[in-house]
Amino acid sequence: MRAEEYAERGLELAGWPVNVASYRLGTEWHAKADNVSPGAALARATGTTRDEAERKVLARAEQLLGRTRRQAV
Amino acid sequence: MAEYAHPETLATTDWVAKHAHDEGVRVVEVDVDTKAYNEGHVPGAIAWNWNTELCDTLRRDILSRQQFEELMERSGVAPGTTLVIYGDNNNWFAAWAFWQAKIYGHRDVRLMNGGRKKWLAEGRELATDVPKVKPANYTAGEPDPSLRAFLPQAQAASAQGAAALVDVRSPQEFSGEILAPPGLPETCQRGGHIPGARSIPWGKAANDDGTFKSADELRALYASEGVDGSKPVIAYCRIGERSSHTWFVLKYLLGFNDVKNYDGSWTEWGNLVGAGVERGAAAKAAGARQ
Repeated sequence: MRAEEYAERGLELAGWPVNVASYRLGTEWHAKADNVSPGAALARATGTTRDEAERKVLARAEQLLGRTRRQAV
Repeated sequence: MAEYAHPETLATTDWVAKHAHDEGVRVVEVDVDTKAYNEGHVPGAIAWNWNTELCDTLRRDILSRQQFEELMERSGVAPGTTLVIYGDNNNWFAAWAFWQAKIYGHRDVRLMNGGRKKWLAEGRELATDVPKVKPANYTAGEPDPSLRAFLPQAQAASAQGAAALVDVRSPQEFSGEILAPPGLPETCQRGGHIPGARSIPWGKAANDDGTFKSADELRALYASEGVDGSKPVIAYCRIGERSSHTWFVLKYLLGFNDVKNYDGSWTEWGNLVGAGVERGAAAKAAGARQ
């Protein structure tokens, strides 16, 4: 087994930059989102298509990122 | 182009593909996302869980010498084994494991350059089976105190400037705008950074493919913030894993003599009663004490 059709893209979610990586393992698509600058993994999801896996992972990532509080500095 | 100071501490994905099953080589995956290994891993690799196997789960500490020996023994790692560690997030917790292996004196430890991301992106073979490991005998060395900073050393570095403090978190964590990486639970009472620290986010040391930047690029990066190896360095982040990455860069890729990882990091300093905190962006740091 190998990761096939590996791709990454950046986007903004809830005001934060996010990196999404997705690839296919066999017949299953895997997607992961991280918050770019700190690089921490936010969410992972699987689906039968790339779109489905990415849609799930982005929904979860947006939910988590939306909880981030900005302090006055 | 300058060479890394210790190129022997890196393994390429090519090398790992050829040698992962060699006798005397043990490949270990250590991820932030502890489910990643089960999805598929380097054939022959075992996994270590960072939050159950690479720390003391009762008190906040790294592994004791005995715990480290037990981990090595059940992982089939002998003192002469070539230990190759890799993981997700550009080897964050792989570097954390590497740091502990060096604390206990393991001679031949290497990071797989580019980590899990590069292995996947290159479309290399993945396995889902967990290899059976023949236990080994292991005697660890006394912990090397020169690799680890505790609170008093961080306080002295802040107060006296005897060591350069390098904050490797994101600029927003450094400034105090956020109390944890976006999307993660807040784990401190105060935001900001240790007075006197310079902001050099860990990710600046990595290329897009997850590999480390060249020695020349790394030297220029740290020198631009006054970190050139002429005095001791203490790296910190939130819990010590991102700073392990920077510690590795400074110690083994640039060859700085005295580099410590302060694993207490911001979850210690930012919760400490009475501790001074600076807020604001890096350029303004000197005048922003609270």
